[in-house]
Amino acid sequence: MQKQIYRVGVALVLAFTAIFLQLNYVQIFAAERIAENNANPRELLQRYSVKRGDILTLDGTRIAVSQDTGGKLRYRRTYPEGELYGHITGFNSINYGNSRIEASFDDALLGDSGVITMQDIEDQLFGDKDEAGDHVRLTIHSRLQEVARDALGGNRGAVVALDPTNGEVRAMWSNPSFDPDPLASHESKEAARYWRSLKPRSTNSPLISLATSGGYPPGSTFKVVTTGAALESGRYTPNSDFPDPVALEPCSESEPPCMPLTNRSLTNFTRTACIGGGRIDLFTALVVSCDTTYAIIGLEIPSDVFDVAEGFGFNQNIGFDVGAETSRFPDIDDDDEPLRAYAGIGQGDVVATPLQMALVAAGVANDGEVPRPRLVREIISPTGEIVRRFDGETMSEAISAETADTVTEMMVAAVNEGTGTAARIPGVDVAGKTGTAQTVEGANPHTWFIAFAPADDPKLAVAVIVEHGGSFGSEATGGAVAAPIAKIILETDRSIRRW
Amino acid sequence: MSAQTLNRRNRELWLLILALIVGAGAMTLVALARDNEQPAAAVPMMALVGAAYSVAHVIVRRAAPQSDALLLPLAAILNVLGLAAVYRLSPEELGPLQVTWTLVGVAFFVATVLWVRDHQILARFKYILGFVGVGLLLLPVVPGLGRTVNGAQLWVAFGSFRFQPGELAKICLVIFFAAYLAERKELLAIASRRIAGIHFPDLKHFGPLLVMWGLSMAVMFFEKDLGSSLLFFSIFLVMVYIATARFVYMAVGGVLFAMGAYIGYQTFSHVQARVEVWLNVFDPRLINNESYQLAQSLFALATGGLFGTGFGLGRPDLIPAAATDFIFAVIGEELGLLGTTGILICFMLLMARGFRTALQSRDDFGQLLAAGLTTIFAIQSVIILAGVTRLMPLTGITLPFISYGGSSLLSNFILLGLLVRLSHRNAAMPDPAHTAEILIGGRT
Repeated sequence: MQKQIYRVGVALVLAFTAIFLQLNYVQIFAAERIAENNANPRELLQRYSVKRGDILTLDGTRIAVSQDTGGKLRYRRTYPEGELYGHITGFNSINYGNSRIEASFDDALLGDSGVITMQDIEDQLFGDKDEAGDHVRLTIHSRLQEVARDALGGNRGAVVALDPTNGEVRAMWSNPSFDPDPLASHESKEAARYWRSLKPRSTNSPLISLATSGGYPPGSTFKVVTTGAALESGRYTPNSDFPDPVALEPCSESEPPCMPLTNRSLTNFTRTACIGGGRIDLFTALVVSCDTTYAIIGLEIPSDVFDVAEGFGFNQNIGFDVGAETSRFPDIDDDDEPLRAYAGIGQGDVVATPLQMALVAAGVANDGEVPRPRLVREIISPTGEIVRRFDGETMSEAISAETADTVTEMMVAAVNEGTGTAARIPGVDVAGKTGTAQTVEGANPHTWFIAFAPADDPKLAVAVIVEHGGSFGSEATGGAVAAPIAKIILETDRSIRRW
Repeated sequence: MSAQTLNRRNRELWLLILALIVGAGAMTLVALARDNEQPAAAVPMMALVGAAYSVAHVIVRRAAPQSDALLLPLAAILNVLGLAAVYRLSPEELGPLQVTWTLVGVAFFVATVLWVRDHQILARFKYILGFVGVGLLLLPVVPGLGRTVNGAQLWVAFGSFRFQPGELAKICLVIFFAAYLAERKELLAIASRRIAGIHFPDLKHFGPLLVMWGLSMAVMFFEKDLGSSLLFFSIFLVMVYIATARFVYMAVGGVLFAMGAYIGYQTFSHVQARVEVWLNVFDPRLINNESYQLAQSLFALATGGLFGTGFGLGRPDLIPAAATDFIFAVIGEELGLLGTTGILICFMLLMARGFRTALQSRDDFGQLLAAGLTTIFAIQSVIILAGVTRLMPLTGITLPFISYGGSSLLSNFILLGLLVRLSHRNAAMPDPAHTAEILIGGRT
């Protein structure tokens, strides 16, 4: 019987070995894959047992707050300001996960900022029943944000305002917006009902922030970039002289300057010569927003325009705190030459977000250095200490300081005596540029304005877009629709910060 | 007491102290991690358990001084870790109850060591024990007594008192098998014919096999529990194999059981569900219903990883039946792979000491009894461990010494007591079989 007992023993040892191997599989090799299953409530219970830190505006308004429910999922997120900050805070939802600041600063808000304290060690050893996360203080000023919302009113569009010296975004409002509060509901049905009402799959969903994800032709506001490229190339000065026709005709029908490889002409927005008299200089061309001049520059120095556009952030991943679509400036082949003319005036295949155009204004304001845009100033521990502070950094150098000065002068003139007079502020030099961008055939154009002030010591850079000219309809221009909004933003910041 | 015996007992004492220190440490961690739930209550609990094991040790020292020094400490460490896990899940209700069951269990261990001076006494009552075993096994079928839990009718209730008679039945039946086979093994081993190159015993010797098969089928069909049925039938087959060295019994029995199991699978929806869950545990259609429990078990194990979350710091309370069938997943989440491997090693060591006891037994009955008890302990552990880790379809039985439950602790402590007794006898007594051989010139 000894032999049989021995064999039975070996068989059972093999069975235990199989269990050991299976344990290695479940607990180590496949552990991550198994544990991340949605039906595993552990992470959720853990997350919702932490008193998530507040999200605060620069001036201390609590715009995302945790409320003790006393339930199994202990804390519920609330957003007292409703849709005003929907595209900034994002949401913290059981059903739909986290978005925007709630997603990108999730670790900090849950109290896991990567800085290990004695408290953390104690919690790790003995568990912690009352864990609290860190607060996130934004760069957004609540009053500027409110004013941006009110100024845009019922129009579809966006307003972005940032400090050009350090990239701190002071206001970022898109209409339509959404209220993150119902999405944070612990009542799954309530959250789902609101979620469906937002039509999350539609390209027009209010969940999409037009400020960071709306891709628009920048139109004439892009002439700031083209001007920068022209001056940087060394081929032009503000005094450089251009022909001033009503339109650039196809080269098959006309002498240069002309539109090559096409039988369509490029006509000025006004359908007239820009100033009359046959010639126009570059300075005046920006002030009056002369399309033919910039089309010619687009044709003559396409690679310079391309390089400077990239310098301002086109085709670059901006790396924004809540994410942003990359704006596009096309690399145009020789056989598509007409597109280069359109690119020079910010049409054709040029696509920019309002955030990007705010960065163009900020880059000019900041001596040609484009700041990286930021939404978060600092992270504050539950006991009030600053855990981490974020400093401004330069994203790229688009143009030289000298060129930036010249472009600023031209933009000031555009506001004082050109297309942007609606943005004039008594006692302050405002630098600005209008844009009235053609979209699809038959639709009213989008109206743009980008600006910064004061011109000699810039405090705030702004970009405004009102889709399809808002209430102005077919009569809309950037100067008439968007410039007054930008003016209100600048004035408000002036009264807040007393510049 | 000889120096060697003294050494052995002192070794047992130190190992017991070590096991109790581990237990006290585990209880302390649980109490610290769950600080809002009266950590002070853990102190009298550990004191009582410590006292119980001290008594057990003193009794073993007196009554079975030459017994194996590892059996009691190994059971103790499994028991105290289980106690800490149960206390962690239910500090107010099941924790104190499990302490009570541990005290009762240790008392039964002591009683077994004291009363079963010579295991041959048990052989004398083999038929009584056999009937008692079958009776206990089928008790849940009796109308008015049986209670159905999770689709299987394995419980018996007298008023508010409930127990699982199957746990006790397994010991009675193993004693019966051992005694019966020790008597008949030569007879059963005779091969009378060859079929296809295999030696087959006379057909009439398959009689007992068929009786046992019928019994296990009855368990399966009336109590609707494939796991218990498998446990009882397989222990019988293993013991027949050990006794006769005829693998053919195991093969025929295996085929018979597979047929029965197939019919059971076709007949009972909950058996089908178990298999379905085993195959598709993460199927989104099942995961919040049928496969919820097993999925939660796997989540717990996966969350534990290598080191575990720490005792009292995980969420194993999310697993239904965490304290009984799924106690191993609780330990897996909070103590990690290191903890589960430690438990596995303790089980294997305990099994190894059991088989060692069997191998050293001087008589056939003792040998079969020790091997049978060890095997049923090991198979039961394997069935539930493989179930909660998804190595095979789940069957709800307890993990010996660790799971919460009075019936389980009680019967496993009796089992342990018998092994301690047998191991003492091996070392203390001259080989009776050997003596008999010299006297009458052959084994009967």
